Amino acid sequence: MSAAIEIPYNSTERPDTGLYNAKLGVWLFLSSEVMLFGALFSTYVLLRTGSETWEHGAQFLNVPLATINTLVLIISSVTMVMSWASLKMGSLGKFRLYLGLTILCGAIFLVIKGFEYAHKFEVGLYPSTSTFMALYFTMTGLHGLHVIGGMIVNSYLWGPGSRMWQTDPQRFTNRIEVAGLYWHFVDLVWIFLFPTLYLLPGK
Amino acid sequence: MNDTHHADVESHVGTYIKVFVALAVGTLVTVLASNLHLGIILGIIVALIIATVKGSLVAGFFMHLVAEKKAIYWVLILTATFVVAMVGLIMFSHEDQQGRQQGIFAVPAAHVQVPQEGQPTGGHSE
Repeated sequence: MSAAIEIPYNSTERPDTGLYNAKLGVWLFLSSEVMLFGALFSTYVLLRTGSETWEHGAQFLNVPLATINTLVLIISSVTMVMSWASLKMGSLGKFRLYLGLTILCGAIFLVIKGFEYAHKFEVGLYPSTSTFMALYFTMTGLHGLHVIGGMIVNSYLWGPGSRMWQTDPQRFTNRIEVAGLYWHFVDLVWIFLFPTLYLLPGK
Repeated sequence: MNDTHHADVESHVGTYIKVFVALAVGTLVTVLASNLHLGIILGIIVALIIATVKGSLVAGFFMHLVAEKKAIYWVLILTATFVVAMVGLIMFSHEDQQGRQQGIFAVPAAHVQVPQEGQPTGGHSE
């Protein structure tokens, strides 16, 4: 008796906006993310300008490791966009390769970050140590949670989620595109976090 | 980008590689510039300019903002407006507080009564 109701514009674009649902949805979500990280960057500026002194992150943070992590995230952004391009060119095999590399890069980033955190704790640097360290752990911790979230979504799309390629390839390609938008945003946040926390001079 | 054709995507791949090289070079330049000891203000300006250029490359090419639909641009304009308002309000609040302590709203030192030891700080005394 009951026929399945299909939600429109999952695969095709709305004629008025030219966008499919998920794309508009993920951009609205990213807007809220901009506000979240914008609030934290504002906090950094406020606390820094209100302090008599401020630490130079490079004095006790590991700049070489953070530089490697920056390069790892940049590589992951390239492999993410290549996974989408592979689907556009009709190759599920290459898609799996590139998205797998993206997930691997995310894992490498977290392992390196884990080493950094462990070293900080070893030498007695905690969020309670100073305002700078509180900001460092809050901002990098929240960013790390975003990396974990992206890896979970990407892993699903790499594994069981990829079955959609057989039934609705356009919709699956769209899913990879919006997952990529999120992943690139996470990369973009790190591009600003890296100089802000590790490189900016103290006072 | 949803209506991108096979040949278009192939041409994009070359762009992605170039953007990757630019981002990697930008990262190394940021680290090298931080070792030049440019001073606080110049150091911050240089680091943020390089980060903004790198961020623009990611947003423009990896997130396809160089050729996106108008609705997305409107979402971003709205977001930018709210971010500027949020940061602006925080900064104004901060400046106002500092102004009360140091600036035109500061209470002249001669008018500040510092309680002596043993002296009641207020209220009724016998």
